[in-house]
Parts: sequence; C-alpha cells; structure tokens
Amino acid sequence: MAEVEKRQDRSPVPSAFEYATAPESRDIVRLEDRYGLFVGGEWAEPASGEYAPSVAPRDEEPLAEVAYAGAEDVDLAVHAARDAFTNGWSDLAPSERAKYLFRIARILQERSREFAVLESLDGGKPIRESRDVDLPLSAAHFFYYAGWADKLEYAFPNRNPRPIGVAGQIIPWNFPLLMLSWKIAPALAAGNTVVLKPAETTPLTALLFADVLRQAELPAGVVNIVTGDGRAGAELVKHEDVDKIAFTGSTEVGKEIMRAVAGTGRKLTLELGGKAANIIFDDAPLDQAVEGIINGIYFNQGHVCCAGSRLFVQESVYEEVLAKLKRRMGTLRVGDPLDKNTDVGAINSSAQLERIQELVASGEEEGAEIYQPPCRLPEKGWWFPPTVFTNVAQSYRIAQEEIFGPVLSVLTFRTPDEAVEKANNTPYGLSAGVWTEKGSRILSMAQRLRAGVIWANTYNRFDPTSPFGGYKESGFGREGGRHGLEPYLTFDE
Amino acid sequence: MSRLPVKKTYKLYVGGAFPRSESGRTYEVEGANVALASRKDVRDAVRAARGAFPTWAGMTAYNRGQVLYRVAEMMEGRRAEFTELTADEAEVDAAIDRWVWYAGWADKLAQVLGSSNPVAGPYFNFTIVEPTGVVGIVAPEEPPLLGLVSRLAPAVVGGNSAVVLASEHRPRAAVTLAEVLATSDVPGGVVNVVTGRKRELAPVLAGHMDVNALDLAGAVEDVAELERVAADNVKRVARNGEGQSPWHAAAFLELKTVWHPIGV
Repeated sequence: MAEVEKRQDRSPVPSAFEYATAPESRDIVRLEDRYGLFVGGEWAEPASGEYAPSVAPRDEEPLAEVAYAGAEDVDLAVHAARDAFTNGWSDLAPSERAKYLFRIARILQERSREFAVLESLDGGKPIRESRDVDLPLSAAHFFYYAGWADKLEYAFPNRNPRPIGVAGQIIPWNFPLLMLSWKIAPALAAGNTVVLKPAETTPLTALLFADVLRQAELPAGVVNIVTGDGRAGAELVKHEDVDKIAFTGSTEVGKEIMRAVAGTGRKLTLELGGKAANIIFDDAPLDQAVEGIINGIYFNQGHVCCAGSRLFVQESVYEEVLAKLKRRMGTLRVGDPLDKNTDVGAINSSAQLERIQELVASGEEEGAEIYQPPCRLPEKGWWFPPTVFTNVAQSYRIAQEEIFGPVLSVLTFRTPDEAVEKANNTPYGLSAGVWTEKGSRILSMAQRLRAGVIWANTYNRFDPTSPFGGYKESGFGREGGRHGLEPYLTFDE
Repeated sequence: MSRLPVKKTYKLYVGGAFPRSESGRTYEVEGANVALASRKDVRDAVRAARGAFPTWAGMTAYNRGQVLYRVAEMMEGRRAEFTELTADEAEVDAAIDRWVWYAGWADKLAQVLGSSNPVAGPYFNFTIVEPTGVVGIVAPEEPPLLGLVSRLAPAVVGGNSAVVLASEHRPRAAVTLAEVLATSDVPGGVVNVVTGRKRELAPVLAGHMDVNALDLAGAVEDVAELERVAADNVKRVARNGEGQSPWHAAAFLELKTVWHPIGV
C-alpha cells in the first residue's frame, strides 16, 4: 500500500470521487463447511483424504474446505462418467438431451445472483462483472448449445456426427463458472459425459453447479466434478479411459498436456495464454477507445487470457490517448469485489500477485516508466493497482510475457504495416483489438493480424454463438458457435 | 543404333530450385542416386516455405484453385513417366484427379468451414478460415505418388506452404512431382520436397519452431516422440485418414472470428 501511495505526487489527475459503499449481500450464498467430490451424482469423500480451504481473495477468509482428488478419485470419476455414457446418456434421444441443457440454462438464470455473489467471493472479481457478464453468458452458453443437441446432423452434414465418450475438462480460475459452461455445454450437447476439474483457487461455483444438476435431474454420472490442484488435472490427462481432453490455462501447462497426450490418439483442444495487441489508430473515436483500453486490460483485474495487454497507439495521438487513459485510470475504483461500485477487484491468489509483482519489477528494471493512479488498497487480501508502462521496448518481458494482471504496456507505431508487424511479433495469437472509424481498415487489419479473435471498436466481448480460440501458441480448437461442437464429436471420414 | 538415354539427377526441391543436398550426400534407391538430405536441408526448406507463405496465402482463392488445377494439367502430360515410376496407372490417375478435386475446393472452403454468427449485440460477427502457416508433411511410404498428393493437396489448397519428406524407399515420384509443381505456376517455396532418411529428418521437422502444423501419416519411427517435440510450439498435428475430404484441409486452417461494429 505504501508503495502505491508514494506515487501520488506523480499523478496529473484528480483521485476518484468518493462513493458510499454499496455492498451486495452475501447472505444469498449458503456454503457447506466442507465439500467432497461430486461423482456419479453423489458427494463422496476423497480417497486421498486431502482437503484444503478455498480462500476469499478480498480478505483471505477461508470460505470452505474442498477435497483434493488423487489418482484413485479421478479414476472413480472417470468410471462414473463412462458408466453414465454407456448406460443411458448416449442412447437418450437428442431432443431429451437438449431439454436437460435448457433446464440448466434456466436454473442458472433463476439462481444467477447467488452464483454471482459466490463467484466474486471465491474469485475476487467485481460483482458488477460476475453479475453482468459471467452469469448471463454462462446461462446463454447452455441455452445456445441446448438447441444444437438434436441438430448435429445439420451442423455437420454427411459426416454422421457421434459423441466421443468421456471428456476430461480442466478449467482456469479467471472465469470459473463461465469456463465450466464453455466446457460442459458443448460436451453434453454432443452426447458425451464429463469429468470436470475446476481450478484449485476457485472451486466453489462448480460445486454449487452440482446443485443445479440435481435440480435439473440430470442423470447421475453425466457430469462429475473433481476438485483439487494440478495433480488431479495430471491424473485426468493421463487417464486411459478419457477420450477427449479440453484444457484452458497457461501455455506452459498446455504444452505439458500436449506431451502427455502425444501418441495416444486422444482428442485434445487447448485454449492457452495470450499477449494481445490493442491497436489505436489516430482516426479512432478516442474516448470510446480509452474505454476499450480500460475494458481490455482492467476487466477482471487483467486475469484474462485475451486481455489487451499490449497497447499500440499511433504516434500522432499518443500524448492525447495517454492523457485520457491516465485520467480514466484515476476514476477506477479498486476494492471489495462485493461492492457494486467496484471496477477492479482482488487479485485471485497470493501466487498470482507475486507473479504480477515480479513482472512489474522487471519492467521497471528494464527501463520502462511506470504509472499507477493513486488508490487506497485494502489492508487484507491480495491487491494490485491498475498499472500502465510507457517507454516500453518490444524486447522487455512486460511486452512479451503474459502477466495476467492489471498491467498495460504501451508502445507506438506510425503506419498500419508497422502496427501489424509489431502486433504479430509474439508466439501468442489469441486476440487483438483495432480502433478506427474506417471500416475498410478494420477489415484489412483483421485480415493481417494473426489471432483467433479480432475485436473492432470493442474489446473483451463474448457470445455463445461466436467461436473463440487461438492461433500459434495460444492453442487450438474453438469454443462457442457451431465450431465449438466439433471437438466433442467423432465423424465418418 | 540405340540411343543412350539421358538419365535424371534426383535432387531436392527447395525454394523453387533443385539443389543437391548441402551435405553432398546421396543414397541409392530405385536404381538412382537420390539426394540424401541433411538436417540443414530441412531447415533451409522450412525457411523457403516461410518465405513463400505470405504470397501464396495472399493470392485469391480463385487464383490458387487455378494454379492447383494446372498441377493436374501438368501431371496429365507426364502420365507415362509417373506410371513408370509408380508401376500403377490407377494410382497416377487417382493422384491427378485428387488435384482436380482439391483445386475446386480452394474458393469453397471459406463457405463450408466458416460462419456468420448472430451475436447478441450490434456487431457483424463472422468466422473465416485462414492458413496456419508452414505445414510439415512426412509422406507415406506407399503409395509413393498418391500418398504424397493426398497429404500435400489439402495442406496447400487453403494457402499453407509445405515441407515434404518424401517416401524414403520410393522417392522418385515425389521428385518428379516437384518438377511438375515447378512448371505449374505454384510459387517457388510453397512446396518443398526433401528426400532422405525420415528417422534423421522427421524430428527436425517436428521440432522446428517455425513449422506450424504436421501430418505424420508416413512417419516410420516413434510417432509419440514426434508429437512430443511438436508441443514445443503447440503445433497442430493432423490425424487425417485416407482419401479426400475438405476436413483434411480444415486440419491446417485456423478459424478467425471478427467482431465488426455496426453503426451509422
């Protein structure tokens, strides 16, 4: 905290308006003291005997004890999924499968406030985001894929689409319930059964989701949830009865999974890291662009694989954009995730905070100029203020490595060619942003940027109908849209 | 008096030229001395493929389709030679027809594989296919011509460039196909053909950081190990079956989704 405050005198902008607190009540969430594993439709004690608390990032409060699955637990879950696949689920009329998914979508809508509060508690993201983004999108995802369940022949004509079997799915901590939805909805729509491994720091909404499955009366074993750390994920990846692996997480772990799956012939999709370019041309509506920059990097504390973490500003508007950006950063409210006025919540874990701090220190060491708006950070919990680096060289670590935090690196360019060259100069290729009033330029930039998702005059926008996924080392396979079904199906040649 | 035939020197095909192996090595196979490529030859071929990629990917789909159709035309004129090399006329015919089939796909892939997506917001949202980049192909040992064409055509039709490790035991058809490609308006470097020992060369291709995708159909050694090194830069590893299919081409294509604003 002291480190942040000492920068106050360097700030050219007034500090944030004072707001009264507007806390969302957490009473709507009722947590058990301890959660087992959700296997075969029932709660089971882990054979590993291991439990660990899931902690609230905002104040380090232990919220509940969660089981840490071992090899035997993962094996039981895979067996339950296989059993459910063989004995019922794969024979069920697709139209009935669809109705289960529609039910899940509706229940998520009905219980969305409860989930939103728990998501913010367990993960640290602002309630405004979990309420307005994570939950509506999660429900929409189930609703979208529900409709596909009995229409697969139309999605893949002449290919005789069939389910693969058991899908092992490993999801990250940045959008816990939304990533669960991105994984489970297409897998079930395609007729598979699932073993899901939530992230160790954010397991609670996945465990609450098990109650949604109960209410939806989904047959036992169709979805199994095994909590735990990387060990459980590794067991799932190497389990021989898992037919398909879907992973969202870091590129480093993604490569390990690729190596583990090598030679087995099992299907794999990877949604990995990113270091996206957000490109501002001088004809862009600058105030709108600044909102896009803010949303691109400070949304969800920058814990976003597609975050616009490299900002490229055309030289002619550089000073103006920087001034506007700093002014806008000064109005960001950092604090309690459950406060409805909060823009930037808590960092998800102490480990992530350390990584952000380490990379930010490297940025200062390598010679970049740091700016952080004055803001008071709570005493307890894990926090990092919105940060922007200028005077950044492309070779700096902060311009190359994924920080996964609220840290923006600003670079400049003169011509569209230079912007493309610099933007593509990364092993990643998940997303990119383009800001200009010229439609033809949007399309030419979209064509030349090597990334799977291109946002024009917007950023960090998602939709169940819109395929999402990366080029290059950002992974392969798509989630969302008709294309998101393909990884969960097998076809005639 | 019988005329002494002029025999062909079987060389590599890299960057549109026909160099010998930089190592100076050859191996005797199918009654000829065929270039025994080195690891460096493979790296040079990847470099050539990377260099040619923007040109090929940047051509219109219609144009690419015509160029690939011309490959079939040029092959047709060499049916006798290919039939002699493969000792299988039906294989040659099937290989030629396969080029024709894929040539027709060039300007249809986007329509069959892409989509327009009705997002809940003021955006025109669409998904298009784009080539992934440089594709490394370990061609099947048999059949020497059709096996190669079945792997190569789906890789290049979508705009990728390719480095091919030819059939090790029957490489002459691949080198002759390279001569066809060199006279078919396929830009130099789009297809590079390397002959030699797969055991020596396939790991170089699989581990190369500037190769984006692999087809290991003809790998003779431990495929699992090749797939493991392919993870170093998250290569796309195609598992295409026999025959022809637009989905074989799709294995080498990226999907790009664009959110274009709608407004006045």
